Order: sequence, then C-alpha cells, then structure tokens
Amino acid sequence: MLPAIPTDFTPWASLGGGILIGLSAVMVMALFGRIAGIVGITAGAVTQGDRGWRIAFIGGLLAAPLLWMLATGGFPAQTVGATLPGMAIAGLLVGIGTAFGSGCTSGHGVCGLARLSARSLAAVLTFMACAAVTVFLLRHVLPGAA
Amino acid sequence: MMRLLAGFLAGLLFGLGLILSGMSDPAKVLNFLDIAGAWDPSLAFVMGGATVTTYIGYRIVRRRPAPVLMDRFDLPTRRDIDAPLLIGAALFGIGWGIGGFCPGPAWTALPIAEPGTLVFVPAMLLGIVAGRRVA
Repeated sequence: MLPAIPTDFTPWASLGGGILIGLSAVMVMALFGRIAGIVGITAGAVTQGDRGWRIAFIGGLLAAPLLWMLATGGFPAQTVGATLPGMAIAGLLVGIGTAFGSGCTSGHGVCGLARLSARSLAAVLTFMACAAVTVFLLRHVLPGAA
Repeated sequence: MMRLLAGFLAGLLFGLGLILSGMSDPAKVLNFLDIAGAWDPSLAFVMGGATVTTYIGYRIVRRRPAPVLMDRFDLPTRRDIDAPLLIGAALFGIGWGIGGFCPGPAWTALPIAEPGTLVFVPAMLLGIVAGRRVA
C-alpha cells in the first residue's frame, strides 16, 4: 500500500469537482433516463443492447485527463500506490464487489443517496467502513502488506 | 449520433469533476479513508457537492414524462437490503482501501498509464464480468 503522503485539504476544488460530477449525473438522467453508475455503465458498454452512449461516456472519462493537460499544461495530480500484485487484487475486489453489490461510489454513493435510497445508504456505509478499516490495517497495523 | 455526443460530453464532465475534486488521486482518497493518520477530509466535499447537486437536478428532471434521448426512464426499483448487496459493498470497500481507486477514477487515470493503473483496470473489468456472472 501507498505510504501516507500528506495531501492538501482542498475544500473548494473538491466541492467544485463534486458539483461537476453531480451535473454529469443529472445530464445522464435527463438525456438517457438512467443512473450514472460507472460500474453499470462499464458493464453495459460490454454486454447490453444499447452500448453506444455508454462506450462514448467511457471515452469521455478517458479524454478528461487529456483535456486537463491541454488546459493546464500538466498531468492531473496522481500517486498510484500499492504494489502491482496489490493493485491486481484491489482491481479484482473492486470489480467483483461493485458488480455483486450492484453499484459503486457513483451509483450507490452519488445517485443512490440523491434518490434517498436506503439500499444505497446501506451499501455506502458498508463500503466506507470496510475501506477505512482496510486502510487502518494496512497503514497502522500491518504496514507493507500490500 | 446525438446519443454518442451526449454520452461523451457527460463522461468528460464526470472525468473533469473527478480530476478537479482530487478523487482521481489515490493518495488523496487513501488519506480521506485514513482517519487515524494523515486525514484529508476533502472527499467529503466531493460527495456532498455531487449528491446535493444530483438531488436537486433529479427533482427538476423528474417533472419530465421521459428523458430527452430515450423513450422512458429506467431506474433501479429494488429497495431491499440483502446479503449480496452488503457482501459486494464490503469486497468493494476492501479493494478501494488497498488501491485507492473506485471505478470512475480508475478510468480517468488510465491514459496517464501508471503501472499500478494498467494492472488495476483490467483486473477490475475481469472482476465486473465475474461478479455479474455470480450475481
């Protein structure tokens, strides 16, 4: 796991970014009538009938850092931690967990909470708690494990 | 064509939001989760800003009889809290805590091509396919 690199507290940028994410979720609902859950969109892009807009949405996600670089002249700040086996395990768990639990940070988190869904709230509290416990164990109890 | 353009723009907006907010940086995500250590509460502002904006926007959109580019709204209907939901969320949380990536930020990080991301994204896609098959 990534050693603790201090990061700046950025309430305004984070609030602004959150509002952009919310506007995108509203756009998906207004135009396509659907929840903007990234896992649902990703799974739909490879499986379901109406794949076009979902593939285009992922194209937009991929284009965002490139546009960011054109606009600011630098890479978005990003430090990927964990060892490569750690990242492989993390990716598998994130994929299986979000598919099995029908949603991720955007589907259950942003969209589900905005719909006042108790089901989504239960998912959010569960994944937040498990993530915080995992970070606690890897940073403070078993440093160097992943 | 309209759908593709609209889908692309929505994804671009989402991705720019992830980058601006700091959510696309695993170091920041892990620090948010590290309440006992280098705690950075920024991501609470991301979730707050996104959820409140979505709540207000959904209330406005709901007045329409149908979405602009589709015949009808297609929303999740389940309300029950069952074992697969909680087991899935728990597995997701553990993976999120190890890598600092949830699915959206993992996609936006892909073009920067860090080795960890190049391992994470295919593993995540494999996991999604496997998880769907089991669910």
